Amino acid sequence: MIDPAAPTETGGRSTDPAPDAAGDDPGTAPPVLSLRGARQVFSTPRGDVPAVAGVDLDVRPGQVLCLVGESGCGKTTTARMAAGLAEPAGGEVLYHGTDLRGLDKRARAGFRRSVQYIHQDPYASLNPVRTVQSTLTAGLRRHGLVKDGDQARRAATALLERVDLVPAEDHLDKYPHQMSGGQRQRVAVARALAMDPEVIIADESTSMLDVSIRVSLLNTLGALRDDLGVGFLFITHDLAVAKYFAWDGEIAVMYLGKVVEQGPAPEIVNDPRHPYTRALVSAVCEPDPDLARTKERVRLRGADIPDPTDLPPGCDFHPRCPLYEQGRCDTERPPLVGSRGPRLLACHVVNGAG
Amino acid sequence: MTHPAPADPSSPDGPLLSVRGVDVGYRTGRRTQLTAVHEATFDLYPGQSMALVGESGCGKTTLGLGLLRLLPRTGTVSAGNILFRRKSGDVVDLRGLAEQDLRRFRWNEAAMVFQGAMNAFNPVLRIEEHFLDTFRAHESRTRRRDLLERSAELLAMVRLDPARVLPSYPHELSGGMRQRALIALALALRPQLLILDEPTTALDVLTQRSVVEQLTELRERLRFAMVFITHDLGLAAELADRVGTMYAGRLIETGTTRDIFHRSRHPYTSALISSVPPVVGELAVPEPLTGGPPGIDALPPGCSFAPRCPRVIDGCTTTRPELRLLHARDEGLSHAAACLRSDDTELSTEGATRD
Repeated sequence: MIDPAAPTETGGRSTDPAPDAAGDDPGTAPPVLSLRGARQVFSTPRGDVPAVAGVDLDVRPGQVLCLVGESGCGKTTTARMAAGLAEPAGGEVLYHGTDLRGLDKRARAGFRRSVQYIHQDPYASLNPVRTVQSTLTAGLRRHGLVKDGDQARRAATALLERVDLVPAEDHLDKYPHQMSGGQRQRVAVARALAMDPEVIIADESTSMLDVSIRVSLLNTLGALRDDLGVGFLFITHDLAVAKYFAWDGEIAVMYLGKVVEQGPAPEIVNDPRHPYTRALVSAVCEPDPDLARTKERVRLRGADIPDPTDLPPGCDFHPRCPLYEQGRCDTERPPLVGSRGPRLLACHVVNGAG
Repeated sequence: MTHPAPADPSSPDGPLLSVRGVDVGYRTGRRTQLTAVHEATFDLYPGQSMALVGESGCGKTTLGLGLLRLLPRTGTVSAGNILFRRKSGDVVDLRGLAEQDLRRFRWNEAAMVFQGAMNAFNPVLRIEEHFLDTFRAHESRTRRRDLLERSAELLAMVRLDPARVLPSYPHELSGGMRQRALIALALALRPQLLILDEPTTALDVLTQRSVVEQLTELRERLRFAMVFITHDLGLAAELADRVGTMYAGRLIETGTTRDIFHRSRHPYTSALISSVPPVVGELAVPEPLTGGPPGIDALPPGCSFAPRCPRVIDGCTTTRPELRLLHARDEGLSHAAACLRSDDTELSTEGATRD
C-alpha cells in the first residue's frame, strides 16, 4: 500500500547531499539541457522521414518543459536526442552549454548520471529477474557510489521512501511481477532518482496508469521538482496531465517534427492560439456530461496525419487546418516567432491577425 | 436485495439485455475457483449506451466478456441469468445457450470490439478477408462481389476510404483507422448490442475525438445499444447515457450519466471523478485516490472500499452494503448506490444544485 502522507523527511539523498540546483531564480537559471536546431531523419524504404525537423528547447533546473502532440510528431525522438540516446542528424544537444559530442569520457559519465530517463511501460522497463533493491542500486554500484551491501540497502530504502513506496522494507526484496503498475512505475522513478539527476526525461510515464494512480504519481514527481530542484522534460499526449504537471512551467506543442506553439502552460491550455493546439484542447473528453455536450469543438478539415515521407508544401498543418488560407499557407512555411507576450507561434493566419 | 424490480424482457418494450445476479468466476486449480464478478444486475434497453467504469482489476472486462460468454477457458458464468431479446422477439438465456447457438448469436445479435485494435485483426489477412470471413461464417452463398460492396458501405460509414482500406493489411493502417475499421466490422451483421472494451485507450486525442463522434453518429443511425468498458471518465461522460461503477467485482453505483457525474452517492465514484484533472479553466488540484483495489482473492470483510474510503464509519468494515435504490426511474435508469452512507446529505449537497 502506498502511504498517502506527503514526502517523508528521511527521503533525501543517501549517497551525497542534494545539489543546490535550483539557483536563485529558476526562470532564468541557465539551462541544464538545450537543444539547438536539433534534427533527426530516419531513412525508410519509402523515403526519408524527418522525425524532428529542427527544434530549440531548454530544460532548466526545477522547471518543467512539457512536450505534447499526437503520436508520430517527434516527441519521443526529441527526448531520445536530449538523453543522448540518439545522436542528432543536425543541430546540437548542449549539456551545461557544451555539445554532447565534445564531452570527454569523465564529463560524459557525469552527463549520463545527471540526465535520467523514465519510460512509458513499467511492465517492460524493469528487469523481471532483479529485485527492487537490485534494480535501484545497479547504477549506484556501476558508478561506485556505494561501497557495500549495507550501504546499498540504505540507499535503496531512502529512494523508495522518496517515491512514497512505504514501508520500504516491504518492497526492497520484491520482483516486478509482485507489484502493481503504479508501484512499478514508482520503482522506475526511484531508479532514475538514484543517480541524483539534474534532469529527468519522462516519456509518457503516467499514460499507462489508472486515473487514480496517475495523480499521485504526478504529485510524487512534483515533489522531486520542487524539493530537489530536478528539471523535467515531460512528454505526454494528455493535455490535462500537461496542464496539471507543467502549470508553472512551459508547454511546447509539436506537430510533425516541429514546435508549432510554445509558452507558459496556463496560456497554452486556456488560450490556445495555434489552430492545432486549439483542436487538441477542444478534442479532450471532459469528465462532465453537460460540458461534453455543449463544448465547442474545433473541426478539422482532415482527420489523419499526412504521410511523413511526403509532407505537404508550406505549413505542415494546412491540409487539416480550419483557418487555412490559400496562397500563403500552402506555399510558405510559417516560422516559429514571438507572438503576444512570452509565447512562440508558427502560424501565418493567427500571427498575421495580430 | 433492493434492486429495482426486474422488468419483463419478453414484452416488446422490455429490456434488450437483462442481467440478473450474474457471478463470473475463474478456475484457479482443480478444486479452487475465484469469483471475479459478484451478483451483477442491470437491465439495458434498446438504444441505450452504458459505460462500465472503475480501476483496473475491478472486473469490468470480465463482466463484458461474460455477457457474451467469451471468457477464456478457465472462466465461467457461475450464477445468474443473462436474458437477451433476439431480433425475432424470443428471449434467450445466454447462460444456457449451446456453443453452436452461441456462435450464431454472436455478431448477429451482439458483437464485441476488443481492447487494443492492434491485436484484434489477423496480421496476415487483408482487411477485406476479415469482412468476407465474417459474412461467410454467418450467411451462406452470397457472392464475393456483393459482400465486398457491403463491406465498402460499412467502411464508408466510419469515413474510411474502402478502396484504400479493403486491400490493406492491418499494419498498413494507423491506430485510429484500425479502430474505426474494427467498429465497422463489428457492425457488419447489424447487431442490436455492441460491447466495446476500452475503445479509445491507445488512441491520440484527435483520433479519439473522431472515434467518439463516429460512434455517436452510428448509434443515432443504426440504433444499437452499447456497453462500453473504460477507465477514462471523460469518455464515459461523453458517450454514455448511463454509467455503472465497478469496484472489486461488484457494481457499486448505477445511474444516469448526470447522476454519476453531478450527484454521485458512492465515495468511490466521487473519488474517481475528482482524481481526473480537468483541462478547462484554472488549475484545479485533483484528489489522488491512494492505494489500489483489493485482490479478488482477499476481499476485506464488509465494504470492499472501506480500507481506502475517506468517509468510512464503524459499520463499513463489518456490513457489506447492498445496492440501494435512491431515485427510481424507468428503463433501468434508476440511481442506486451500495454505500451505508448513501443517504448522507454531506455527500450529496455538492451536486444538488446542478441538474
